[in-house]
Amino acid sequence: MEMKEIIRGNMATALAAKMARVDVVPAFPITPSTLFPEKISEYIANGELDAEMILVESEHSAISAAIGASAAGARVATATASQGLALMHEVLFIASAMRLPIVMAIGNRALSGPINIWADHSDTMAERDTGWMQFYAENNQEAFDLMLMAFRIAEDRRVLLPAMVGLDAFTLTHTMEPVDYPSQEEVDDFLPPYQPPYTLDVNRPMTFGSFATPESYMEFKWSHTRALEESPPVIDEIFEEYKKRFGREYKRVTGYMTEDADVIIVAMGSVSGTLREAVRQMRKDGIRVGAVKITTFRPFPFKEIVELCGGAKIVAIAERAISPGFAGPLFGEIAGAFINQPSRPLISDFIIGLGGRDVTLKDFREIASTALKEAEEGRVEPLVKWININPEEAPPGGE
Amino acid sequence: MTVVIRNTDKELFTSGHRGCAGCGEMTAVRQVLMVAGPNTIVANATGCLEVASTGYPETAWAIPWIHVAFENAAAVASGVEAALKKLGKKEGVNVLAFAGDGGTFDIGLQALSGMLERGHDVKFFTFDNEAYMNTGIQRCSSTPYGASTTTSPAGRVSIGESRPKKPIAAIAAAHEVPYVATATIAYFQDLQKKVKKALDTKGPTFMHIFAPCPTGWRHSSDNAVQISRLAVETGVFILWEAEGGLENLKVTYKPKKRKPVEEYLKMQGRFRHILKKPELVAEIQKMVDEKCEKYGLPPVEG
Repeated sequence: MEMKEIIRGNMATALAAKMARVDVVPAFPITPSTLFPEKISEYIANGELDAEMILVESEHSAISAAIGASAAGARVATATASQGLALMHEVLFIASAMRLPIVMAIGNRALSGPINIWADHSDTMAERDTGWMQFYAENNQEAFDLMLMAFRIAEDRRVLLPAMVGLDAFTLTHTMEPVDYPSQEEVDDFLPPYQPPYTLDVNRPMTFGSFATPESYMEFKWSHTRALEESPPVIDEIFEEYKKRFGREYKRVTGYMTEDADVIIVAMGSVSGTLREAVRQMRKDGIRVGAVKITTFRPFPFKEIVELCGGAKIVAIAERAISPGFAGPLFGEIAGAFINQPSRPLISDFIIGLGGRDVTLKDFREIASTALKEAEEGRVEPLVKWININPEEAPPGGE
Repeated sequence: MTVVIRNTDKELFTSGHRGCAGCGEMTAVRQVLMVAGPNTIVANATGCLEVASTGYPETAWAIPWIHVAFENAAAVASGVEAALKKLGKKEGVNVLAFAGDGGTFDIGLQALSGMLERGHDVKFFTFDNEAYMNTGIQRCSSTPYGASTTTSPAGRVSIGESRPKKPIAAIAAAHEVPYVATATIAYFQDLQKKVKKALDTKGPTFMHIFAPCPTGWRHSSDNAVQISRLAVETGVFILWEAEGGLENLKVTYKPKKRKPVEEYLKMQGRFRHILKKPELVAEIQKMVDEKCEKYGLPPVEG
């Protein structure tokens, strides 16, 4: 039985965690994710959720306590953003290396400095190599669905890896949207209790987190990496099952009007809706443009990107993050996806919406027309274009 | 004095680990686990203990054991405890956190404070060898005044470490937790009694265990127990416990007369430069005397 509520993105992820019957939630408040621990605390206070909340003194301790709890056999969720995620950095690698299926909602927010609390993907992009799965929601419905599915995927014995579910700061975390959700019985049927293969159990003593020398370290990394590489069919299978049960379809990458497109714009997160609308309008004007939304950034959908974008003249990446001294991080992944293809489109990079700067229909028109001009000229120069940037307003550097 | 160690055929921290010969920390761990028994889970900080005991695929631990990172043993243990509580498995199971002085006094202090304040049923043990020994004897806030380390070396214009030791057990007790104690491997009955008391206490407890390091302190490997005893007999390290806050502090062992601090210093290479300067020995003696007076210990004999 489907129910509907008009809720904020953070409430959607908290609702999913509650319906997943999480056992332990260690959390530290940080804008824009604070509503998640608030909501969980409220559920516990009202007797709607039987869970242990650990109100830790830092995000570093939040993820550390999450590891301890998960290793002891609990289903664990938490939420953070930006500086909080960065503070967790070293521990994130350990959570995934220990193969602990912790699920974490991220209110995607810019990193300092300057300090800024608005939408940006730099925080999770900086954690792309930590060995976690990464999913990005376009709207609050996706935030709920992906959060719920993340537990199932993470806990699948074929995967056993932690997962981040990204939802853009404020645009999703704080915006009220209608969210459909199943009944508790349906969720229980979809997501049975967590059955860990190994736990900290006095009846079956085990050593977790031992020291590894050069003789064994690479095999640990290899096995962990393989688990991520081999996870796509499991993710697809669970997406498919979710669709059958609840009627909502998910794909690791979704194309829109890509078949005959000359230019395909690739984006992630909340701008994807704006992008599709821009494509619809441009199509009316006769511009052969398509859109691709990446939902699963880790494991990265190399094959699917090539399939969706391979026929275009140019792929324009619109990304909310920058790797200074390189390009946007997504550019590197997509260029990598095409590198061994016999023929490939040009690949052009656009930096949009850093620190919550608004991304509009006009911006996507500009991206499409710039990319089409590049395709016509047969060269992408410069590689990285900043959309909506005012160089004359930039603060001075050193002399 | 003859000591009889309890039958150890059910050792929970087993032989074959890579601890240095005569390591005070390894001895202390065995003493703690003899009391704690097999229904015990340990969250261990990065450090000598973790490195020496778990080279994959081997392990010295016959109990469930987890190591995550350097600064977070208290947070990891908090998570273990919360999970066991939620899953109905906490009853009769001890959750211990083990860390060296670096993972307690310095980088682990915030997580420790959080764990104590939140009231987890976690027993935290710091094994204090007074410097970052695992990385090669660097100065820590646990390093005592005058000790030469690789980052506080004694030199022509330096006496070695220039700051007194951080009073970690008093800091823990200031959290007004149910039980805090100090102990050494030399007074193992006192140590084991305190471990038992900590385990029997509901809620967070903290034990500061003084653990000589032959490698870092430059003493012979058969001297860890003797140096631990001298630390107590000179008043350099005071054995005490506090139930429910610092105002309830009780010294658990008072030497009838204290030995001069020089006897303690002269057994260790890290203080060799101090012994060449009587005025420095006198200065350290004065510091120890002042502390002992506060704790009601007798003056130096003679």
